[in-house]
Amino acid sequence: MAWTGKILRVNLNDKTCKEEPLNREWAQQYLGQRGLATKYLVEEIDPKADPLGPDNKLIFATGPLTGTMASTGGRYSVITKSPLTNCVACSNSGGFIGQELKNAGWDMVIVEGKADGPVYLYIENEKAELLPADDIWGTSVWHTDEWLHKRHQDPLLRIAAVGRSAEQGCLYSAVINDLHRAAGRSGVGTVMASKNLKAMAVRGTLGVGNIKDPKRFMQAVNAAKKVLADNAVTGQGLPTYGTQVLMNVINEIGALPTRNAREVQFEGANEISGEAMHEPRPTDGKPNLVTNAGCFACTIACGRISTVDKGHFSVKNKPEYWGASGGLEYEAAWALGSDTGVDDLDALTYANFICNEDGMDPISFGATVAAAMELYGRGVLTTEQTGIPFDFGSAEALVKAAEWVATGEGFGKDLGLGSKRLCEKYGHPELSMTVKGQEFPAYDPRGIQGMGLTYATSNRGACHLRSYTVASEVLGIPEKTDPLTAEGKPALVKAFQDATGAVDSSGLCVFTTFAWTLEDIAPQIDAACEGEWTPERLLELGERVWNLERQFNLAAGITGADDTLPKRLLEEPAATGPAKGLVNKLDEMLPEYYQLRGWTPDGVPTPETLQRLGL
Amino acid sequence: MRITLKLFASLAEHLPPGAGRNEAEVEVPDGASVQDVLDRFNLSQEQAHLVTRNGVFVPCSLRSEERLDSGDAVAVWPPVAGG
Repeated sequence: MAWTGKILRVNLNDKTCKEEPLNREWAQQYLGQRGLATKYLVEEIDPKADPLGPDNKLIFATGPLTGTMASTGGRYSVITKSPLTNCVACSNSGGFIGQELKNAGWDMVIVEGKADGPVYLYIENEKAELLPADDIWGTSVWHTDEWLHKRHQDPLLRIAAVGRSAEQGCLYSAVINDLHRAAGRSGVGTVMASKNLKAMAVRGTLGVGNIKDPKRFMQAVNAAKKVLADNAVTGQGLPTYGTQVLMNVINEIGALPTRNAREVQFEGANEISGEAMHEPRPTDGKPNLVTNAGCFACTIACGRISTVDKGHFSVKNKPEYWGASGGLEYEAAWALGSDTGVDDLDALTYANFICNEDGMDPISFGATVAAAMELYGRGVLTTEQTGIPFDFGSAEALVKAAEWVATGEGFGKDLGLGSKRLCEKYGHPELSMTVKGQEFPAYDPRGIQGMGLTYATSNRGACHLRSYTVASEVLGIPEKTDPLTAEGKPALVKAFQDATGAVDSSGLCVFTTFAWTLEDIAPQIDAACEGEWTPERLLELGERVWNLERQFNLAAGITGADDTLPKRLLEEPAATGPAKGLVNKLDEMLPEYYQLRGWTPDGVPTPETLQRLGL
Repeated sequence: MRITLKLFASLAEHLPPGAGRNEAEVEVPDGASVQDVLDRFNLSQEQAHLVTRNGVFVPCSLRSEERLDSGDAVAVWPPVAGG
């Protein structure tokens, strides 16, 4: 129930699309989306497979609540082996295509092989076919979206596509759906392009009606929606200011990585903040922010829709960028702004547009630009390589970098390598702010200790969304802990990781957990899905998913030695703010974390742990 | 003594006239507590969800005891979150 029970298997080698039944036993163990698709990936590919070779697979997966009336029930994930990290990748996105896929009757699409020329996947309910994409290869996501809508004469077609950056081999390219929502991290778009698959276009009209107990489901859904509406964060804070309200919070507490994490506070933070996005511009009297926006079924609506000042140098003679489009979220604003030292809100918004238009992860892109700026500042890179001056704080460099990575031109090829490979290429691996090859996001682990352990142990490389301890350490959700101490953080990180594993497997958005606990989520899943779903079972499921991902990574050659942080965060103390004098205390946290996980001192799950979790 | 008061998100309207986008230098009596400042600028407990003094979180229970020094920065947010 809730699951459609059908998987679409797309073989690009022989251009076939076949229906097969969902493995119901696995669905009981892994629920859906992140968990269930990871199980399929683990069973079907060699962990040592080349991420960009034909043996890697790419899975688009919904959760059982995707496409239902549950608030935020529109999520899907893209699961594959990452070319950026060589770890398991799972990138989660909202928008509308996830529910469309479910409404077309599919729980999951598994893409395998490699097409001999550009193709796109067209799905109309039970009909699925691969069609030529020669006319859109070499064009942006936005052009592809428009072309497909015209080609099929269907304004309600939902589209996920890769841009030119992915075609050019940028290792952190995203899959963009609905123009500006992104399965953003770990290079899942790069894998899609490597298979010559340009887009997936979906039209679903079958509905999601197979709910176990519809009456109880609607009662649970309505009760949970009321919790979101009554909560000050999800009912007011996020709709009004979006995630970007964090810019000043994190700067104030001294945990805003600045200029490639050399510093922990940015003097320009307020200029690129959520508050600044509300302020009328002196030029045209209009604010950057046009409106907020929600994904399918979402009753929070944290999304930002923005414009760039028409007179700004980035768009001055480019009217195609004068309209409203996806605006800055906190992570993008940080990476494009604080981390590069750029405090020009219009430049950041334009660079963000480009990331959407040609499918780049703005976190990895911005952090790679920041690393390049530090290399430039040290004289390691010169204008011979970069083409133009590449100083910290240069809005011109940021804008050009975005355009170059989007098309693979000039210095864009180097920037498309990501921070780790770029810094290695130029002889300074220590300047790469990455874990397992993935750029870390907008929280400095010297000022928020739990995030150090979060980044170090994340199964997809540095990531804030695998255990968002910022909620507790900064925002006091569900209860306040001290961000400057390592004490208690291993248990906190484990609890967040396991709970998030369950939410990411359900079809719901993790942002609901600013108000919901698993006590709010379990009744919705239980009423929708076959089986009995309690908070305890969900937590165990999350732990199972975490260990499954870990096992894959170990088999791929990643070890406990990779559970570490850049030297800068472990050896160079914060210079200002409450964390002044502190480094991240990973060495205090990691052994306890391994112990709590039931892993060996080397970070390997013990046979007892695997047996307990049914692995 | 003078302190810096920083009011973010929807609280900015509580700043005195002439303040910048989100902060103002304000005069408070010597020995004023964090709670004294919140009261003076009409910030209810519900509004003052997250309060820091020089970047360090001040829990609700300690706001009356926490005495300010000249040059301190008090920052206040309503309930907010991000990701």
